Amino acid sequence: MNTPTRLIGWTVAIAIAALLPFFIHSGRWLDFVELTLFVSLLGQAWNILGGYGGQYSFGHAVFFGTGAYIQAMLQFRYGLGPWAAAPFAIAFGALVGSFIGFLSFRYGLRGSYFALITLAFAEAFHVLARSLVSITEGGRGIQLTLNQDPAQALSTFQFTFAGPFLSHAGYYYTVLFLLVVACVLTWRMEAGRFGAQLLSVRENEDAAEALGVNAFQVKMQAICLSGAIAASAGVYYVQKFLFVDPGIAYGPGKSVEALVAPIIGGLGTVAGPVVGAFFLHGVGEGAKGVIAAAGTSAPGLDLILYGVMLVLVLAFLPRGIVGLFTNLLGRRGR
Amino acid sequence: MTQSLVKTTRRQLLAGAAATSGVLAAPGILRAQGAPVKLGVVHPVTGFLQFSGSQCRFGAETAIAEINAAGGIKSLGGAQIEAVLGDAQSKPEIGAAEVERFQDEGVHAIVGAFASGICLATTQAAAKHGIPHVVDVGVNDKIVTRGLENTFRFGPGFGVITKAGVQGLIDLNAAADNPVKTCVIVHENTTPFGSFMAGLMKEGLEPAGFEVLEILPHPTPNKDFRNIALKIKELNPDVVIPSHYYNEGVLFLRTLQRQRVSPKVIYSVLGGASSQYRFLGEFPEAAQGVFDCNHWIDPKNEAAQALRAKTEAAGKSFSYEVFLAYTATMFAADAIERAGSPDRAKITEAMAASTWDGHFMPYGPTAMDDGQNTGSQPLVTQIQGEEIEVVAPADFATKPAKFPFA
Amino acid sequence: MDVFGLTLPSYSWETVAGSMISGVFLGALYALVALGLTIVYGVLHIINFAHGALLMIFMYAVYFLWSAVGLDPYVSLIILIPGGFLAGYALQRGVIGRFSHGRDEITLLVTLGIAIIIENGALFAFSATERQVVVPYDFDGIDLGVTYAVWPEIAALAGSLVVTVAVWLFMTRTDTGRAIQAVAKERRGAELMGIDVDHIYGISFGIGAACVAAAACLLAPTYAVHPQFGYLFVLIAFTVVVLGGMGSFAGALVGGFIIGITEQIGRLYLGESLGLITISATFILILLLRPTGLFGQRQ
Repeated sequence: MNTPTRLIGWTVAIAIAALLPFFIHSGRWLDFVELTLFVSLLGQAWNILGGYGGQYSFGHAVFFGTGAYIQAMLQFRYGLGPWAAAPFAIAFGALVGSFIGFLSFRYGLRGSYFALITLAFAEAFHVLARSLVSITEGGRGIQLTLNQDPAQALSTFQFTFAGPFLSHAGYYYTVLFLLVVACVLTWRMEAGRFGAQLLSVRENEDAAEALGVNAFQVKMQAICLSGAIAASAGVYYVQKFLFVDPGIAYGPGKSVEALVAPIIGGLGTVAGPVVGAFFLHGVGEGAKGVIAAAGTSAPGLDLILYGVMLVLVLAFLPRGIVGLFTNLLGRRGR
Repeated sequence: MTQSLVKTTRRQLLAGAAATSGVLAAPGILRAQGAPVKLGVVHPVTGFLQFSGSQCRFGAETAIAEINAAGGIKSLGGAQIEAVLGDAQSKPEIGAAEVERFQDEGVHAIVGAFASGICLATTQAAAKHGIPHVVDVGVNDKIVTRGLENTFRFGPGFGVITKAGVQGLIDLNAAADNPVKTCVIVHENTTPFGSFMAGLMKEGLEPAGFEVLEILPHPTPNKDFRNIALKIKELNPDVVIPSHYYNEGVLFLRTLQRQRVSPKVIYSVLGGASSQYRFLGEFPEAAQGVFDCNHWIDPKNEAAQALRAKTEAAGKSFSYEVFLAYTATMFAADAIERAGSPDRAKITEAMAASTWDGHFMPYGPTAMDDGQNTGSQPLVTQIQGEEIEVVAPADFATKPAKFPFA
Repeated sequence: MDVFGLTLPSYSWETVAGSMISGVFLGALYALVALGLTIVYGVLHIINFAHGALLMIFMYAVYFLWSAVGLDPYVSLIILIPGGFLAGYALQRGVIGRFSHGRDEITLLVTLGIAIIIENGALFAFSATERQVVVPYDFDGIDLGVTYAVWPEIAALAGSLVVTVAVWLFMTRTDTGRAIQAVAKERRGAELMGIDVDHIYGISFGIGAACVAAAACLLAPTYAVHPQFGYLFVLIAFTVVVLGGMGSFAGALVGGFIIGITEQIGRLYLGESLGLITISATFILILLLRPTGLFGQRQ
């Protein structure tokens, strides 16, 4: 697809997404889309580093969790407003990215070694968040004060009690905004010099270096951007649920969610994480529906179905869903 | 303001009258006949909290089945309760999403959601839609202190539990002429209950003349308690005060026995295994004499023993999750009965004004203050022989305490 | 003792020695679980997310053999090891190898999918209730003075040594073992030599699974099993594999002991919670400073 077609496609998609709350009055389905967009956001963060850069991270929770913790701690401990805290939270995501990236890339870790070190960092942060009680409140978690005054919804960045429309769609627009920003950044990156360099590093790092690409610097930029975006997902999470604890922030769940969506959707494509997230959540919801229709409430049955679907998709769509479409359109995926 | 207060009171009176006299109420309700009352039941039945979540779900489903078998909600013409089940997958955001689904399905009230972190998310989402929400376990006191009008907790939070735990230990010690003085606190630090408990215990015990030698936090799950056993051996305290989940509780007490560490008193506060029949059945020796200040039933109540028999017949362990979720569900059903209407606001009012005393918990008549049942309290139990005996407070005791045990 | 402003507690030598011994016992368990992982990694070069799920499902097998038939967990070894091998072989050839298209990220997700299926299958079939094998010798053992070693711990220690030696003998003394090593080193070359690589992959995964099955038998007397049990050991198993060198059996054994002792000493001095940082810290340092591990060779 050429650029104008893509531009039109994206504009239409964003316009539909922006208008959705006016058509979906059911909190359930808007919440479903919102959660999917949230996973897409995590997935896009992962995709920049993993999809475009070929650096598979198993520990993206470390960035999500840091964003969430900084957002919560600055308000809880230092009395900052949520809007003032958010830039710091996102910056800390990038900072942690640069820290992990500096160590790993400086020491030349690639492939599964890089994957494992990100896993180790996520676990290290998990242990620290749980153990350094005087800083993080440990296992108690940090809970933010709930605002119930609609007049202060915007200033407190809380939309649960924000009048009829904002309580319906406030958080939805928050995560939509973050996702659009992430997608635009990814797209600009893909079209620009940085993206080209990143792709060359993914395909063959030594060859890229021989051509004068500073692989270390390119990978550092990618991990910082990736970390910042994942941290922004943490900001959204804390503002919505007003609670974070070590398991929520740094547990393996978010790391897995971040990597599954882009791989299923299509690695190294702007739409991949979004498509993958919608597909996975659709399958998850469908599985729930099938199990419910079968008249059983046995826990786990829907997740078995989900797992089977996951394996089958991998078996038959190894290039991801976006790859399938680009193939159908007669253009080889990447 | 005044006007609404008056209205509330009148409604409560009417609801109360309806509840006390089902026969009188029935004709007026015929218009609502047949329409079931939907109760959202959300728990983490998959993911890392799946055991507790499943236990809770069993308790809630058992309660609903019993209510329906006994003729449903009488003030609504015998309307049956329909459980709308939800799985929070051990994640707060999924719990909140399930509440949104409940809203779509038009539930009239919600019972859930075991873990404090999930309860915070579900009560908040329910508050958005004005759905009354009964918290079954969720011991974090912040769940009920942040001003959500739809949120009620029937059982005690950790503040009350630790206070009772401290007082229980002081009383037992005093009654036995103060044989113990030094303590070591062992607590899980991964979820709110263990994390809050340790500090509160220390604050309560030290002014009472106890000496807290060390506080030993450990994560959940935890693979190995050898180090902790060795530290306890070296510190040689009179009392060991553990607080953790079932698996860790079993492993901890077994490790103490494997390492031949036997303090004079093992006094758990929310000990995972210390008042669990399954543990007693599998490791009777390691379990002997262990105290626990925990959620517990009124031991003399026949309904409680009936539920225990029913739970064990279903191949499940009769644990606090089961009877707390069971009671929370019963409380919700009673409030619907009192409200005499499936209207959420009326149910909420009925919950706030509830004086329900038809339960088997040692709480007395219900009295909600800001959503917290003020009469709720834990009991102190001790494993003696093949039974878990209540040893304090005296009103509920089934056996005198063996203090110190070892 | 003060380190970086942290006041470390001081303990008697008996406590420290006891803690180190407990590290050896714990390390034996780690080595057992890591052994299967290192074989799979060393030969197939895949990070197997289903490893923990396999451990869990084999623990259930041990439990049901005990509760239904009354088999002692150590007797179950005779059934579990060949059973584990067959299950692993079938899993690799029937699912993982077939569906992965030879791509790392797909393999990873396929093993993740399998883990989700096994875990929730166990939840559905066996419920979330923890199940405990209770052996009569649970509290008996040998008094080492500073600590007490119970039979289940001693058996696990001996078992980890025996299993490692057995795997090592198999790999070095049999034709199949040598073929596995050839495939691990140079897949294409092995193919040209007429080795059926898919079969070898299946066998390797089977041996990995058999090791996990052995680990399950040796863990069962100490730990209760539930559908989430695998997570307890999986991250540490990865750490041990990397420390020992991916694909090295001796490395898994030595790495297991090192991690076990480091962890216990770390937990003794830093506390049971913060002390776990020693595992991640060792993991990170090894990856940075010597990614080939103690016994590994760069491929």
